[in-house]
Amino acid sequence: MLGYDSFLASKAIRQHPILSFLMALAIALGIGTFMTIMTISYSIGKNPLPQKNDFLYRVQLDAGNPDRQSNDPRSRPDQLTYTDATALMRSTAAWRQTAMFGVQGVVRPVREALHPFEVSGRAVYSDFFEMFDAPFKYGGTWSTSSDENGEQVVVLSSSTNDRLFGDQNSVGEHISLNDELYRIVGVLDKWDLVPRIYDLSFSPPEETFLPFSTAVELEFRRVGSTNCWQPSPPGRDGFLASECVWIQFWAELEDSSKRDTYLSFLDSYAMEQKQFGRFQRPLNNAIHTIDEWIDYSREEDGGLTIFAIIALLFFIVCLINTVGLLLAKFLSRTRELAIHRALGASRRALFWRFLVEAGCIGFAGGLLGLAFTWLGLVGIRVLLRGQDGALHLTQLDPLLTAVTILLGIVASILTALYPAWRGSRDTPGVLLKGL
Amino acid sequence: MLEMRNVSKRYRTSTVETRALAELNLSVEEGEFVAIVGPSGSGKTTFLNVAGLLESFDGGSYDLDGEDVSQLNDKQRSQVRNQKIGFIFQNFNLIPDLNIFDNVDIPLRYQRVPSWKRSELVESALDTVGLKGRMKHLPGQLSGGQQQRVAIARALVGSPRLLLADEPTGNLDSNTANGVFDLLLELHNAGSTILMVTHEESMASHASRSVQIRDGILRAN
Ligand SMILES: Nc1ncnc2c1ncn2[C@@H]1O[C@H](COP(=O)(O)OP(=O)(O)O)[C@@H](O)[C@H]1O
Ligand SMILES: [Mg+2]
Repeated sequence: MLGYDSFLASKAIRQHPILSFLMALAIALGIGTFMTIMTISYSIGKNPLPQKNDFLYRVQLDAGNPDRQSNDPRSRPDQLTYTDATALMRSTAAWRQTAMFGVQGVVRPVREALHPFEVSGRAVYSDFFEMFDAPFKYGGTWSTSSDENGEQVVVLSSSTNDRLFGDQNSVGEHISLNDELYRIVGVLDKWDLVPRIYDLSFSPPEETFLPFSTAVELEFRRVGSTNCWQPSPPGRDGFLASECVWIQFWAELEDSSKRDTYLSFLDSYAMEQKQFGRFQRPLNNAIHTIDEWIDYSREEDGGLTIFAIIALLFFIVCLINTVGLLLAKFLSRTRELAIHRALGASRRALFWRFLVEAGCIGFAGGLLGLAFTWLGLVGIRVLLRGQDGALHLTQLDPLLTAVTILLGIVASILTALYPAWRGSRDTPGVLLKGL
Repeated sequence: MLEMRNVSKRYRTSTVETRALAELNLSVEEGEFVAIVGPSGSGKTTFLNVAGLLESFDGGSYDLDGEDVSQLNDKQRSQVRNQKIGFIFQNFNLIPDLNIFDNVDIPLRYQRVPSWKRSELVESALDTVGLKGRMKHLPGQLSGGQQQRVAIARALVGSPRLLLADEPTGNLDSNTANGVFDLLLELHNAGSTILMVTHEESMASHASRSVQIRDGILRAN
């Protein structure tokens, strides 16, 4: 019957081309709006390292202000103090771990033809690259002794290496960073980590990476937020000993079964610190997988959710319109349907035929909706021009494409249920008699 | 073939109740050509619709081809209509945007006849009514008489046990009407069982017998 159903459906659609087009258009507009928002929301929440999800954990310690009133567990700071970050680094509770912060520096090229330029950088420990699956083109990470001794070594991004050495293997060469010489130990390959989950930014990974201890020692200019609940004592050493939080901390465990063990390690560390008069609040430490961390951090920006709700409502309004159009379309064919009934079509057969017809329209609506989604994303890309991650956020991937088309079909079939039931309900005799 | 006992039917609208059929008894033998006559509004179409399972009835019993059809569900009734009954309407009731072939094809589609056999059957049915050459035409491109012949081909194509014709010549001029009626007579002579509602005394007189309906009550003539 499906063959016959689609044959008649295509006839019916061509019979009322404008009405059919309007229906597809209504569905498409709704889908286009909805999927534009959903694409952005999906891209923001997409985990670029799903294979690491069971292993990598973002660490939060609540060394916050004891006078703080809020008992919301979410009020704990996202970052760690220098005291805590380095204490955790000294422990071996995690399989791999890295404390980190963003920095900025100036590279003075050895080749005279090039002017000095600013580079973004990140101060990390040697495990960082393995933890975040950073691909190396040449060389590799530095040794743990470089971490311990604050050696002047550096890993370059592939674009920085191109800029300075024209894609040559530069391992063993030196660069001048903030007027100090650094030995290049590794060069990364092209690395698409969006969002950059270790600090949840939409910028591409930094251009240079250097040991955490080196960056602290040489007082690199820090990039990122610093939060203090009591004034920091003066000087660099005062700042390092302060309760200011400014360091992100990630731990990698062998597997997720170690999660509880690691959390209790953090709690016992906090208990220990209580003896020194720190961690005066109730225990409130946490670790998050990448997925959890993305969700946790996104809950703070409700804006997108509101957009999504508005887009959904608009979609529903479009669908209600479609219900009306379908109802008009189906009921305008009562005589034809009564003839089919008289010649042997059951009520159920007609009901299915309506759904097939609506499904075809929905498929067209889905395709058109895909075009609208694409247009919407291009529009947003234009609005966000120049902003980090704009391109990434407005990308339609195959999954979303399939979802869009499927949504068209499902939505149209849902909207067709009532009109189809209504259209197939009449007794054929009564209809044929009156006409 | 067809056996109705005390069949009755009422229409209820919010304001009036109409008795369309009352205690109707009729028995039709295989191969008979029964003419039904009666004034307008007397219940002829209602009777034919009930006989063709297009409408339900309130009381009484109805056996068609040895089967009690009063208790069937929608799907079963549709199947009986499809396989055992051929309808011919006063206003032809062809589907305007399907061509002649596709119109005649409809009953076979619901019988799930395979495609190669369908074209064979459709062509031979159209041959019977003398319109084999018009298969690709749309109904609107044919005259009234030709359209009714197509409708007859459509009623025949599934080899039904019973043909139900509701004033089949009512919309045709007398010349064309006679042609269509002759076609029905031919079918009757070839063995078809036919129930036909008509206004024309001359046609009723050619039938095996004729019955009269008045106010929903059936009377032998
Ligand atoms: N669907 C219906 N609803 C209400 N009354 C109806 C309906 N169909 C027929 N009737 C009434 O039943 C009676 C018989 O109608 P019908 O069978 O069409 O008569 P005929 O075909 O003999 O002209 C008429 O009075 C008509 O008004
Ligand atoms: Mg009538």
